[in-house]
Formats: sequence, C-alpha cells, structure tokens
Amino acid sequence: MNAMNDIGAVQTILPKAPKCVSAWRSAAMVLAIGAAACFSMPEQLGLLTRIFVTALLVLSLDLVVGVAGLATLGHAAMFGVGAYAAGNFALHVAPDPLVGLAIGMVAGGVLALVSGLFLLRYQGFTFLMLTVAVSQIMLSLAQKARDWTGGDDGLSGFMNSPLLGRFAFDLEGKVAAGYSLIVLVVLFYVARRLVDSPFGLAVRGVHENRARMAALGTPVFRRLLAVYTAAGLLAGAAGALSAQTNAVVGLDSLSFALSAEILVMLVLGGAGNLNGALLGAAIFTMLHHTASSINPYHWLFVVGFLLMAVVLISPAKALALLRRRLGGVQ
Amino acid sequence: MSTLFNIAIDGLAYGMVLFVVAVGMSVTLGLMRFVNLSHGAFAMVGGYCAAYLTRDAQWSFWLATPVALLVTGLLGAVLEALVLKHLYRRKELEQVLFTIGLSFVLIATTNAIAGPQVQLIKLPEFLSGSVDLGIRTLPAQRLLVIGAGLLVAAACTWTISHTRFGVWLRAAVDHSSTASTLGIPIRLVQCASFAAGAALAGLGGILGAELMPLEPYYAIKYLVLVLVVVAVGGMGSVPGTMAAAVLLGLIETASKYLASDWGSLFFFLAMACLLAWRPQGLFKR
Repeated sequence: MNAMNDIGAVQTILPKAPKCVSAWRSAAMVLAIGAAACFSMPEQLGLLTRIFVTALLVLSLDLVVGVAGLATLGHAAMFGVGAYAAGNFALHVAPDPLVGLAIGMVAGGVLALVSGLFLLRYQGFTFLMLTVAVSQIMLSLAQKARDWTGGDDGLSGFMNSPLLGRFAFDLEGKVAAGYSLIVLVVLFYVARRLVDSPFGLAVRGVHENRARMAALGTPVFRRLLAVYTAAGLLAGAAGALSAQTNAVVGLDSLSFALSAEILVMLVLGGAGNLNGALLGAAIFTMLHHTASSINPYHWLFVVGFLLMAVVLISPAKALALLRRRLGGVQ
Repeated sequence: MSTLFNIAIDGLAYGMVLFVVAVGMSVTLGLMRFVNLSHGAFAMVGGYCAAYLTRDAQWSFWLATPVALLVTGLLGAVLEALVLKHLYRRKELEQVLFTIGLSFVLIATTNAIAGPQVQLIKLPEFLSGSVDLGIRTLPAQRLLVIGAGLLVAAACTWTISHTRFGVWLRAAVDHSSTASTLGIPIRLVQCASFAAGAALAGLGGILGAELMPLEPYYAIKYLVLVLVVVAVGGMGSVPGTMAAAVLLGLIETASKYLASDWGSLFFFLAMACLLAWRPQGLFKR
C-alpha cells in the first residue's frame, strides 16, 4: 500500500513526457480540407493537384531546413531526379503509377544519401553553396543525357496505367487529384511520426546545439544523414507525382529557381512544424496562379514585397500581436 | 593555339567581370556577416543606367559610367541606411529571403521602366574595335575589362591595407563593439562599404554587359555565379576572390569553347572540389 503511494507521488513529481497531438489528427485534417477543396472546386482540379505535389515537396524541405536546420538551395535536385526516374520507368519498363512512385522515391533517396555523405561534412554558408553545386551538376548532367531526359524539350510520351488496376487517369484530373492528395496525406502522416519520434527529437536537438548533442552521445552525422535521406525520399515522391500527373518532365524541375521558390514557400508558412509547409505551399501556389495570369512582372512585385514583409513582420510575431489585440493570454 | 589564346583572353576578361561584381559582396559578407543576395540586382541597376544614358540620353561612355556608378552607390547607401541595417542581427535565412525579395522588386521595377528587351551599352568607337598587339589582334573591350579589373583589385587592396578607412574597416571586421568603443564611426563604415560594394557591382554590370547580357532576369541568373566566386574565394578576402574569379572564369570559358554541350558541369564540379578542399576560402586554412 505504502509502496503504491510512493509510486503515485513520484509520478506526480516527474515532469511528464512532452505531449504531442496524435499524428493522425493533422493528417486527417489535411485529407478533409483537400477533399473539400476538390469537391467544391471541380473546375480547378489541375491547380489543386499542383498544390498537393508542391506541398509534398515543401514538406520534405521542411525536414531539412525547419527540423534539421540545414539551409539548402539545392532541394530541387532530388525532386527532379525522382521525376525523371518515374518518367523513364513509365516509358521503358511498366506504366504502373504506384511502382513508378516507389522508383521515384528510391531515386530521390539514393541521391540524397550519396550527396549527403559529401555535403553534411560542411556547415553554414559552405553547405548552402555546395547544395547549389550539386543541383547545378545534376542539371548539367540532365542537359547532356538527352536520351534519358529529352534535354530542353523535356521528357514526355509516357502514360500511366489505371491506379490499382481500377481507376484510369481521366482528362478532368479527378483521379490525379485524388491520387496526389492521398499520397500527400500518407507521407505527411509518416513525416509527422518521424518528427515526433525520439529520432526526430534528436535531430531537433542537433539543430538547436550541435556540440551539446555530440557531447550527449548522439551520432550527429548519422542522424543528419538519415533525415536528409528521408527528405530525399519525400522529394523523390513529389517528383514522381509531378511526372505522373503532368505527363511531362522539364529541365525546370532541377532548376535553382525551384529550389529558391520552395524555400520561400516554407518560410512564408513557417518552418519547423510541417503544417506551415503545407500552408505556405498552398498560399504561394494560389498567389502565383492568380498574379501571373495577370502579368509575369506583376507577379515578381507581389512575391518580392511579400518576402520582405514576411521577414520584417514574421507570421509568428504577427499572430502573437493579433492574439494580444484580441485579448488573449500572451 | 589560337583557340587557347582566345580562351585565355576571354576567360581572363570573364574572370575580371566576376571579380568586380563579387568583390563588393565578399566584403559585405565578411565585414557585416550580411548575406546580400540583391547584389546581382545592383549590377543590373548599374548596367541599365549606363545603357539608358549612352543610348537614349546620348551621353558619352566615359561620362555615363561614373554617373551610373554614383546612382548605384547612392541606391545602395539609401537602402542600407533605411532598411538593411535592421537586418544585420537577423538570422542568415531571413537575410537571404529579404534580399531575394528586394531583387525581385528591383527586377520588376527595372523591367516596368525599361521593358523586357536586352539592353545594349553604346561603346565609344575605339573600344568597339580591336587592337593590334603585333602577334595578334584583340577586341579592345576585353582589354578594358581586364585593365579595369586589375585596377579595382589594386584599389581595394590599397584601401584596405593603407588608408585610415581600411583600418576602420578591419577593426570593424575583427570586433565591431570594441571598434565602436574606440570611437570608430561603425555605422558610417558599414554604410560606406555597402555603397562602395553596390557601386562596384554596378561597374561589373557595365563592364560585363558583352559577356553577361543585360536581360530582365539578369539579377537572378548571374547571382549563382557571383555566390560561387565569393564562397570559393573566401568571404572578405580580396586576393581570394580574385583568384577564384579568374580560375572559375577560365574554367567556364574553356568548357564553353571545348565542351559546350556539357553546360556548366565543369564550373560547378570545380567549385565543389575547391570548396571541399578549402571550405573557408582559397587562401584561408
């Protein structure tokens, strides 16, 4: 009796483990919002599909930038390699979309693993510039390997067989939108589990203080390599989805501009908590769609001012200010 | 033989242009730890100004160039004094985003004013011709570029090592709060170096207009090249930036002459190797 009381006392004194919202809740939320958007705007399915694919790519970037704290401007490399791998697989081997998706993931993951072995030895500005170098080298190789990438004309002419043998890809893009939404939700769930796991906490620790985590016995390099590879898998999946839903892969999928753009999206939505990645991708893609249909330079004005505003008044600070104004607790 | 000679001259000129654009950014990065990705936009502003003055206003090249530099420098100084100084203490990522946004706005503004076509700077008669050196004839413009690059390098090195301003600059680099306590006007030093860097970028934009055409997306297109030069040369190191610019300029030109279908592969391979070998810059251990 006495012993049980003691245990009870100890349990109240010990701080509880950090509470995380169950991973499935936010994933279910994304599914609900995405499905609602698809049903309410059936004429905008193409745009929505693009948002889902971009969101997956920005999500994978968040693992590298937001969680692991490694600023990169070469993330498009994994996306592009995944896209070309999925396209070539559909063209030369088999048109099954799910196998193609797996192939794209593996391609992105392998590139991340191999380049990570080299890149992660460096930090800060050097790391940033080396990621640029890796993605530009991939771009030059893609320009050279015309047989595999189609060069400037892009890789096209591949088809998808029906999904799971039942759902054929239609012209309206219903299956494409549903397919990319479901892949996004599943991988979002996986990413959330990964970030909330002890492994994810260790990576966050490395982000906060590399030397301290090393002193605590965390194998820093291996943790970073693992998270970089995981991000490569997700980016490869996004590339494969983009190849399958657009039926064409262009050289711009490896470009510096794409790497910079997704970084902008991530910061716009808020880095480090995964939800922000999806939000940023959705806002940015919709803004891009509306503003660039008016005038391409007009679009540069919008995004330029948006970027400066985000830095000067960060979304987190603006929210806190709003909350205080509305009488909330600080 | 003549190909080799052409590669050497064009590569040297290209490297000098890269150096002139990059040196300002290198100093800003080294001095203030400020990642200024709008540096390419300053080069664009300088080039566009010179193009407007020589072509539409019919000024002579020799008058238009200093005026364009002055405009670019002033723009840099105003931006620094009004906005950018607030960002010095922010995180790198925020600086990157802000200055990318700034370059987007500058791109959109210049294009709203000047239109989307490629801008040409009208050169004086004898510069657009060629010079006979006895063994070979050379485009005079290349010689001007190489000469100007060497002059800029000498002037930078001399300013940093032999003038009062250079002493202040180095003191500010080493320990800005101590320097400030000793009565060095840190703000003036920062603002002036930023403006000088912007003006140098403008000079690079004018000199390099033949090798890097002044087009709408100029600021973003050549930004990567400038960043590579700064990273390889080492932040804040003038000789390092010079060596990196010439080396990478030669490699890029050689690969354009000899293996053009490989794109910029060799340029970036060389960069990766050099950075992996000396992450802090060519002349730093």
